[in-house]
Amino acid sequence: MPEPLKFTYDINGENFASAGEASMQIKKELRSLGFDPQTIRRVSIAMYEGEINMVIHAGGGVAEVLVSPDSIEIILTDHGPGIPDIDLAMQEGYSTAPDTIRSIGFGAGMGLPNMKKYTDEMVIESHVQKGTRVFMRFDVK
Amino acid sequence: MKIELVKQLLEAKVVCGEDMMDTDVCSACGSDMMSDVLAYVKDQAVLLTGLVNEQVIRTAAMMDMKCVVFVRNKRPTQDMVSLADNNGIAVLTTPLRMFEACGKLYEAGLNRDGVANA
Repeated sequence: MPEPLKFTYDINGENFASAGEASMQIKKELRSLGFDPQTIRRVSIAMYEGEINMVIHAGGGVAEVLVSPDSIEIILTDHGPGIPDIDLAMQEGYSTAPDTIRSIGFGAGMGLPNMKKYTDEMVIESHVQKGTRVFMRFDVK
Repeated sequence: MKIELVKQLLEAKVVCGEDMMDTDVCSACGSDMMSDVLAYVKDQAVLLTGLVNEQVIRTAAMMDMKCVVFVRNKRPTQDMVSLADNNGIAVLTTPLRMFEACGKLYEAGLNRDGVANA
């Protein structure tokens, strides 16, 4: 089996306006690799929500995307404050984002549930004061 | 429903995507919360919003939306317009408020299930 293609993106935590650039890039890469539109949309939405989360909560991080013909994996790693209660964070509507973030259209407490909804597998590992690692797998149907 | 009809119903001005007026849209979503928009996947949709920042255009691009309408005469920045142009998204501005804009499109047959009945 051939090695998966690997794409790595540094997510800049300083600039909210640029959040989502990596997701736009990966969307283009997947399109040029010929993946079907549904798969591309699932991957890019989940990655976009993850990217926004890293910018809002963690001061940025790194996104690695591994692309194989039958599955796509995304690993998001940050060194932010961590998530004290992952089950609570997974509840729709629960958010710790400040009002400033809500005024720019995010922080509705839908990010993690949306990510989960669009993935076939999602695993969150988080340590308070150390950071968070989110693994997402998308099966190509 | 063609984007041209969306433009007429909403008394809207075209900011970019003049060549897309013949494109069909079959559902719409009105929200200022982008995560709510991202929870809702439909083909060929229109996004109506009062929020003005780059993330509106990126959200529409992620969702493969064809048209973004800014309500209450809100004007997108040049960066937003370029981003929309590069991603094949038509941008309109309407003087109508969100409730009226959504109501007019719904009444004309654009509905949330992505099936245009007019």
